[in-house]
Amino acid sequence: MKIERLLPGLAGIVFLAVIPLLPVPPFWLTILNNIGLASLVTIGLVLLTGVGGLTSFGQAAFCGFGAYTTAVLSTNYGFSPWLTLPLSLIVGALTALPLGLITVRLSGHFLPLGTIAWGLALYYLFGKIDLLGRYDGISGIPPVEVAGYRFLSDGSIYYLIWFFVIAVAIGAKNLLDSRIGRGIRALRGGGQAAEAFGVNIVRAKLTVFVFAGVVAALSGWLYAHMQRSVNPTPFGLSMGIEYLLMAVVGGSGHVWGAIFGASIVLIMKDVLQRFLPDLIGTTANLEMVVFGILLVVILQLARDGLWPFVLKLLPRRPARSLPTSDDRLAKRTLAPTGSSLIKVEKARKAFGGLVAVNDVSFEVRAGQVVGLIGPNGAGKSTTFNLITGLASLTSGSVFYEGQPMTGDSPREVARHGIARTFQHAKILPDMSVLENVALGAHLRGSAGVFRSFLRLERRQEATLLAEAAVQLERVGLGAYRDRSAGDLALGQIRILEIARALSADPAVLLLDEPAAGLRHGEKQELANLLKKLREEGVSVLLVEHDMGFVMGLVDHLVVLDFGTLIAEGKPADVRKHPAVVAAYLGGVA
Amino acid sequence: MIATFLIQDGVTNGAIYALLGLALVLLFSVTRVIFIPQGEFVAYGALTLALLDGGKVPATTSLLVCFGAIAFLFDLWSMRRGTDVRTFLRSLALNLVLPGVIYGITIVLAPLGLPSVAKALLTILIITPMGAYIYRIAYRPLADASVLVLLIASIGVHLAMMGLGLVFFGAEGLRAEPLANDNYTIGSLMVSAQSLCIYGATIAIIIGLYLFFERTLLGKALRATAVNRLGARLVGVRTHLTGVTAFTLAAAIGAVSGVLIGPITTIYYDTGFLIGLKGFVAAIIGGLASFPITAIAAIGVGLVESFSSFFASSFKEVIVFGLIIPVLIWLSLSGSFHEEE
Repeated sequence: MKIERLLPGLAGIVFLAVIPLLPVPPFWLTILNNIGLASLVTIGLVLLTGVGGLTSFGQAAFCGFGAYTTAVLSTNYGFSPWLTLPLSLIVGALTALPLGLITVRLSGHFLPLGTIAWGLALYYLFGKIDLLGRYDGISGIPPVEVAGYRFLSDGSIYYLIWFFVIAVAIGAKNLLDSRIGRGIRALRGGGQAAEAFGVNIVRAKLTVFVFAGVVAALSGWLYAHMQRSVNPTPFGLSMGIEYLLMAVVGGSGHVWGAIFGASIVLIMKDVLQRFLPDLIGTTANLEMVVFGILLVVILQLARDGLWPFVLKLLPRRPARSLPTSDDRLAKRTLAPTGSSLIKVEKARKAFGGLVAVNDVSFEVRAGQVVGLIGPNGAGKSTTFNLITGLASLTSGSVFYEGQPMTGDSPREVARHGIARTFQHAKILPDMSVLENVALGAHLRGSAGVFRSFLRLERRQEATLLAEAAVQLERVGLGAYRDRSAGDLALGQIRILEIARALSADPAVLLLDEPAAGLRHGEKQELANLLKKLREEGVSVLLVEHDMGFVMGLVDHLVVLDFGTLIAEGKPADVRKHPAVVAAYLGGVA
Repeated sequence: MIATFLIQDGVTNGAIYALLGLALVLLFSVTRVIFIPQGEFVAYGALTLALLDGGKVPATTSLLVCFGAIAFLFDLWSMRRGTDVRTFLRSLALNLVLPGVIYGITIVLAPLGLPSVAKALLTILIITPMGAYIYRIAYRPLADASVLVLLIASIGVHLAMMGLGLVFFGAEGLRAEPLANDNYTIGSLMVSAQSLCIYGATIAIIIGLYLFFERTLLGKALRATAVNRLGARLVGVRTHLTGVTAFTLAAAIGAVSGVLIGPITTIYYDTGFLIGLKGFVAAIIGGLASFPITAIAAIGVGLVESFSSFFASSFKEVIVFGLIIPVLIWLSLSGSFHEEE
């Protein structure tokens, strides 16, 4: 890694390290400690809300689980704080897991409403249990000790807190910049494309949910040993809301924005609490009003938060060079040419009384390019969705290499080696072109959350990225590698989807109108690419409207009209088929 | 005997939650806003009524004038590139004249010792326009945002409104005088006139909403917006107007709930939030979509609350808010809510 890329981070760490040595007023350290504790929770929220698209107002409750676990164990049972650290984290994870299982399946607004409800319920619960000291809480918690040194003062526990903040922030960055992270970042776009390449969406959501719960518990553990006492107040809903405010202010998609957001909110809170009462003449906690207005204003004026503005002020970091790798990913052994790959048998899909696909049967053999054509509304895309598991069959079945795959989810379909593109391109506009393509290779990697968090999967990750780069070169998009995928033109996005499908090392490629929006030259190149793939033994099933493109390319043509198969065979024969002519030209019939 | 008492108590509270739940479903279906601060209207309403009882000019009137002035500034800002006189005058009348008039009326009437029904009406008059102003200030600039962004904005509005409540009403709780002091005995059951008012008002509002949505053009426009926002706009429904209408209705329902609940329990500046959330539990059970299920669920929430406050009083809130968890489990198992943000 280039030293220039590390410089800003190193400068930040040195800056943080010297602050307590300078003659700063003691309350600065208190605020900085609080910022550190809040940053931990907010980093979790950034992953959960900003990256994963799941909103939680209940994170403070997870801090409570961490804090109360260590408080009870270290006061009542004399556990050492270092022993309660893993226990606190485990309790955080164990409470996040069932809550997550319940709620992450609900997309959209039910999750945040659920988090409000449990945030309140858990707060009251903390205050009602005798073991937790009811509303008085637990005091006399021992400080953290290392080799006889006790972290008692604000200035010493400062280092402990910020050590964890930086470690978690770097870990979170690592996690996002990995195979698992690409799956998590795909959640916000609806996840359909990610699922078609084998990402387990529910599991990705659970992963960020548990991660956010565990770092919140870590913050709670630190809080308990900093404050040396706990009570339910800091774990209530209003703190949960404040954490979300920090994430929104910082910019909910940026890990470092979490620390920035926490700093702004807490410094503002301190200033407001100090000066507002003098200004207005009451001692009521008025920062609430200011925070509420701030939240609405940020959403109205800068929905991505304030961190992007800071990023603009900072000098740009040099772009990352493409990791090189000597490893090659294993290639799938393709079925012998001519054997049956996908077999659709009497597939039927009815939406209420409307039969969109009416007992359609056809077959894709290894090494064939099969075209699926028909006028608008013929049921082509529905047939596609039936094969890829996006829609469920009303009756009939689909086989892959003779094995039934009826009822398989898109994820299981992807495992067979079926890769697809979408009629309405589904890319992740905020991710780079290279990362979008690397998402296609998801199933060819194996690194999990922990290896990614600790950056132990670099070798494999480099291989995946190198493979993605190879596929990009192959389709002719190599020059756009580091651009945001959202910057590409529509035709390029279609080609990008094909590169993504290729990086899955497919046995069959399912292309939904790949030539739509392409210029003539681009269509030519696409046709050549598909012919080359056929020579390599990859089969292709494509839906297309451009007859010229289809006729010169496919080996076998299937024609649908009103959901029914009306003809199939060699392109030249099908072209003369009376039913096809009637369907396309509106013959006398 | 105890059971009938608890049931009566539960139904009375449940009727209030039902009103709030209905307002929440109405707002969500028309504007996609999950309106967390609905409870603040209740607190504002109850506290306003209590202050009017004391012959004081409630602080909510100045708050109303402030909201109106800010909304007017927002209008001016969006009119900065030129406008016609009619739009300007309408904005002036709605945002400055209306709250001014209400302020004047209140100053004159408040010290006179009005009959309780008049005080209730005055309260509703003060609170209702706030809905329109809050829509104008907080939500209209966000009309194209996702449900989640609107929800986070709601939290901001909630914080601001609750904080303002603290500034204007102080931290002490107040209790309003009941609309009527009579008690009736039906068999072994004692029914207060106040709870009869609550039942009556709830039923009247439900019928009123039904007629509004079924029989009036504006109501139909609201329903059309709820089903398909873009489609409604294409056929000429002004979606901002439907937004204003929905928020005004919600504020009115909140004010009515406040007037009804003010006399039966002591209201603090932050009580509204908890009451509103109980309406939310009901609205979520109704999937944020069904009016009848929400109303029935609200009665259920009221009953669970009154029984749990008797049998396990210290865990009352835990039980009521925990109720939502099985509902969410059921929702997550029964359907695939796939919404692309």
